[in-house]
This record gives sequence, structure tokens and C-alpha cells, in this order.
Amino acid sequence: MIPFGNEQPRRSQEKGPFVFRLYVVDEGPSSARAIANLSAICKNHLPDNHQIEIVDLLQDPRRVLSDHILATPTLIKLSPAPVRKIIGDLGEEAKVLLALGLQQRTT
Amino acid sequence: MGPDVINAGEFDLSGMLAGIKAEADARGARRIVFDAVDVLLSLLDDPLAERREIYRLDDWLSESGLTGIITAKSEGDDPFVAEGYGFMQFMADCVVALKLRVVDQIALRYVQVMKYRGSSFAENEAPLVIGASGMEVADISATTVAPEASQERVSSGVERLDAMLDSGYFRGSSVLITGSAGTGKSILASAFAEAACLRKEHTLYVSFDENPSEVVRDLSSVGIGLGPHLKSGVLRMHSARTEASSAEVHLMKIKRIVREHQSRCMVVDPLSAIVKAGAALTAGRVAERLICLAKSEGITLVSTSLLQGAQPLTEETPVQISTIADTWVHLTNISQAGERNRALSIVKSRGIKNSNQVRELILSDQGIALADVYTASGDVLMGTARWQKEAAEKAEQERILAEVENKRREVALARAELGARIGALEQELKQKQAEAERSIGAEATHKLDLAKRRKELEHSPSAKIFKKRPENSQGAGKKTAGRRSPTGDGQ
Repeated sequence: MIPFGNEQPRRSQEKGPFVFRLYVVDEGPSSARAIANLSAICKNHLPDNHQIEIVDLLQDPRRVLSDHILATPTLIKLSPAPVRKIIGDLGEEAKVLLALGLQQRTT
Repeated sequence: MGPDVINAGEFDLSGMLAGIKAEADARGARRIVFDAVDVLLSLLDDPLAERREIYRLDDWLSESGLTGIITAKSEGDDPFVAEGYGFMQFMADCVVALKLRVVDQIALRYVQVMKYRGSSFAENEAPLVIGASGMEVADISATTVAPEASQERVSSGVERLDAMLDSGYFRGSSVLITGSAGTGKSILASAFAEAACLRKEHTLYVSFDENPSEVVRDLSSVGIGLGPHLKSGVLRMHSARTEASSAEVHLMKIKRIVREHQSRCMVVDPLSAIVKAGAALTAGRVAERLICLAKSEGITLVSTSLLQGAQPLTEETPVQISTIADTWVHLTNISQAGERNRALSIVKSRGIKNSNQVRELILSDQGIALADVYTASGDVLMGTARWQKEAAEKAEQERILAEVENKRREVALARAELGARIGALEQELKQKQAEAERSIGAEATHKLDLAKRRKELEHSPSAKIFKKRPENSQGAGKKTAGRRSPTGDGQ
């Protein structure tokens, strides 16, 4: 999968840069929570090694069908492979980390 | 949604609905289908959230003006009690339940309208069939009746059966031929088919468990030739394996062929095979609907039904269609004196003055014939016994004829004899008459001679001496002679 966007990854790590796309509905409370949860996860587990694209389906509704989005919010991890699709507000962090292949940081 | 989708927290359908609305507006769509919405919603893993999203969907549908069809799985027969979706009945304007049941290893589908706001609807379950031409819902109300009952008769294909039925079956009626194995049901039904084909009427022959070429071959042995009609297209044969599908599917196929082929006559052999194709109750209804189909299309239907069990004389059909059949011909095997014979009787025939007599059905390479059966001291005579009886009757008749002839000859002889005797007697009489005349003539001549002589003597001079004496001695006898004498004198 070609990483989204033209910008180069800032720093190469073992797993390469994490490229996310998050489909949201601007007014939805779960969407707001999803953005916050994703930001927190990236900050804690992928500092300086992630890109996030946020797609507001109310602004760009045709992408619902073209990108096969049934539920909002939907998070797609485009890179590194495999591509993963996670639905929900990402409130269950353990599940999200497992799905992204990230070990939960032991403090 | 693929299996790799991970659910990590709460979500809703608002994004999807916004996207669909945009797409629908762009295309000018009027209707929308949400197929298996429950699969997505079940990921919420929260009945309350599921309900919230269903309502969101409902609100969205009313706002968008689209007509939406939402499908969802139900558990059990009643979708209203399906866990988690019971509330949907309040939301939706129309609820249609689809059911699949397996009875006797045959899958049967049903559809039932459970709710329809603002409209009346049939509340009963109706069989549903999915086939090459799509989904078809069986018309179970079966209220379709032919617009007008026909007075026209069609031949049964057997001349004497026509006579028994007062000139054949009614056009558009349904005829049931029952009988146990080997009684000749198929042959009788085929005779009807052949007669119809010869009239150039499109005929459909539905056979179960036998393929068309077998049917044609087997029937040719009894003088029924369906092959040419099959080739010309007048006859259409549909062979349906009973195991293959449910009675409903069979009915649907038959219906399609009937319409396509525009059949006017139809043979279903045997209708009881449909019973095997699924639960007896359903099959009975299918058989009924098949008859109703034929009625509404004006098709004359002859169906056969195998009687189960070893009691050939009990006239009960396994499928309770005898009540809706118009004419019921029953065939039995009668075993007696070391042979089996086929007997035909008409159990009923609506609107027809039918014969109440049992006939013997005789199959030969010339076709089907019906013969009278003899009843002798309470026994029905058929087959060889009938033949013997017939032969005996014939002999008796011949004997009587011979006797009459004999008598006639005797009388003729007597007449001839007597006639001859009369002739002889007449001859004798004539002879006697002639003799008598001859002798009288001779006497008279003799007497005339005497008289003449006497006259001569009277005129002679010596005669006077004897004059008085001959007159006295001769008496009355002389009178005749004496009368003649003047003529003689005159000469």
C-alpha cells in the first residue's frame, strides 16, 4: 500500500511510519471522542512516527460509498501492512493497540 | 463488513447515511435497500445502541423521502419475538416475514405479511418459490374459477368410456384416475393425451420418475403413439423427478410451461408423486392448487393417483383431491381364477349421466378397449372367466339358432311331404274322376246305342212285339235315356 500523502516519513523506525485515516462525522460526539483517543494513542505509542488524515463524511459524503464506510467513526491503518479497519470511538484502547500491532507500553 | 473489522468502541450510522443521501440525490433514487442491517448493528454489542441506530435509520428514511427495505435475520418463526428487533414492528410500516422450513428433508419457503399500515392484506402464510424466473409466491387463496363452465365435451380417448360418460369429459374439468400399480392409469390418461393431440390441441404431459422417451416407448406397446406429436410440438412432456424439489417448485414449473406452451389439455402422471415431494399436507394443497390452476386456465386436466396399500378395492385417495376432481375413474385389479384383470368404474362424474357399471379394461397393441363384465351368482367374471362365459353364451346362442333352423327345416319338410301327398291325392281324385267320367260316358254311349237300336227296332216291322216290355223293366233309369231320345229323335 502506498502511504497516503506526499510527505516523507519523518523518522524511520522498526515498523516504519504509521499512516492513519479516520472517517468522522463532524457533529458526532463519538467522532470527537475517536479523534481524541487516536491522538492520545499516537502520542503515547507512536511519537513522531505517524500521519493522520481526517475525513469528514458530511463534507465529502461520496467517500462513504467509494471507501465502503458503513460506521462512523472508522479508523483505517493504511501503513504499515496489513491494512486494518477499526470501527468505533477507539475507547477500548487495549483492543486498538492489539489491532494495530502495538504492544501496550509497560510503565 | 469483512471479518477483519475490529470494533473498538461506540459508533453510529450517521456518516453512512449522509453518504447514501448524497448518492441517492445524485442518482435520483427512490428506493433503497439495507440488506442485513443487523450484521452491522450487532457489532455495537449493545441493544440500546442498536435500537438507537434503527431509529436513526427510520428518521433518515422519513426525511429523505426514500422507500426503504430493511432486511434483518429473525430467529424462529416470529420476527416480532426475535431478540433485539421486536421494536422494529412499531417502526416499520410493513413487515414481511420469510420462513424456511425443512419437512421430510424437503425445504419449503413461506412468506407472510405480518403488518401493513393503511392497507388490507392476506394474513396467511403463502408458499414461496425461488426459481429461474425469480421469486414466486403461490396463490393459496385459489379463488380463481373459470369464468364459464363449458358444455363442450372432450374425448377420453376410449370410445366406450366416452359412452359411459355420456360422450366424454367436460372441457376444462379435472379428471382423476385412481388405481393401484399396474391397473392402467397411465395408459388411460395417455389415451386422453393422444386424442387431444389428434385434435391438434396443445397438450402437456407431466410425468414423474419417467423420462419422455420411456413414456413414449412404453405407450407405443399399447397402440398409443405420442412420438409424432412430441416432435411436432403439439405435445410437450415434462418429466419431474419427485425427489428433486418440493411440490411448490413442481407446481411453479408446471405453471410456467402451461403458459409458455398454451396447453389446453394436461396429464399429470401421477399426481400422487407430488405427495412424495414434501409433507403430505403441503402436497395436498399443491395438488388442489394444480387443479385450480387448470380450472382457471380452462385446461382439461387428467391426473392419475396411485392408491397405496394392498386393498385395491378401497376407493380412497392419499391426496384428498377426490373432492375437487369433477370426474373420478377408478381402476382395480381383480384377481380370480389364477389371473389378474383390470376393472374400470366411474366413481363420480359431476354433471354427467354416467354409467354405473363396471367394465373390464382390456389392453392390447390395438389400444384400449372396454368390455362388459358378467356377473354370475354374485361373482364378477372377467378375463378368461368372462371369455368362457362369452363362449358359452355364444355356443348357447348358436345352439338356439340351430334348433330354430332345425324346426324350420322340419316344418318345410312336413309341408313338402304333405304337399306331395296332397298332389298325389289330387291326382288320384282326378284319375277317379276321369275314370268315372269315362265309365259313365261308355255306359251312356252304350245306352244311347241301345236307345237308337230300340228306335230302329220300333220303326222296324217286327219291333212291335217287344214295345211294351223294355219300358216296364228299365224303370227310372230309362227316363234319362228316354229324355235324350227326343234329341236323338230330332237329329
